[in-house]
Amino acid sequence: MSARRPYVRSMDGWWRRNPFFIVYMIREGTAVLVVAYAVVLLFGVVRLAQGEAAYNGWLTALQSPWSLAFHLVLLVSFIYHTWSWFSIMPKTMPMILIGGKKLQPGVITGAGLAVSAVVCAALFILVMQLAS
Amino acid sequence: MKRSNAPIFWSLFGAGGILSALIGPALVFITGIAAPSGLLLPRDTMSYPHMLAFAQHWADKGFVFIVISLFLWHGAHRIFHSLHDLGIPIGTGAKLACYGPALLGTIVAAIALLALRF
Repeated sequence: MSARRPYVRSMDGWWRRNPFFIVYMIREGTAVLVVAYAVVLLFGVVRLAQGEAAYNGWLTALQSPWSLAFHLVLLVSFIYHTWSWFSIMPKTMPMILIGGKKLQPGVITGAGLAVSAVVCAALFILVMQLAS
Repeated sequence: MKRSNAPIFWSLFGAGGILSALIGPALVFITGIAAPSGLLLPRDTMSYPHMLAFAQHWADKGFVFIVISLFLWHGAHRIFHSLHDLGIPIGTGAKLACYGPALLGTIVAAIALLALRF
């Protein structure tokens, strides 16, 4: 064992010390809920392949208050994911020049959110039409 | 020099990220809230006959497969890159723990969807 024991500052909870990093961690944290939703769907598909009784069990589970509450949390998280995804998009995509001028970050974010709102609405209306 | 495999994982992350940003909120609302509770949609929207017919169409099958697998790969990649922030060392083990379930989920989804036939 070395006699030298240099001081290393603890990094525990580093992100809680700065609001910017709290937002960063919440944004990265949405990944866990995206996975959770994919797992819910995956179980649904597997149950569907197993037959009607198995599938109805999955459907009954989806109708429980716990599941509805969980999906409400998922919904909030997904909306936040959408918002944050397009908020950082100006930084993650290559710069776009229009007439020699840089496309403003607000335009990219706004366009992304608008497209997302239209697509979500269209998808819901489509399902509504198909279901009725 | 050995070619890096990083672009593959980043592509899957990006594809899953944009797909979930575009349709995620609507999907969660439809499958998790509206259809199960009967709010705005008929309660039999996701009944067994409906979903069986849905999953047997090749386009819907492909759509479901893409949603499940890309969401999994997106989440796995993002979680993997957050491990360092949480003080967890990233190595081969962490990589397997993150991408392994995504790969497994992709395979299971493919098998289940193919078992439902066309």
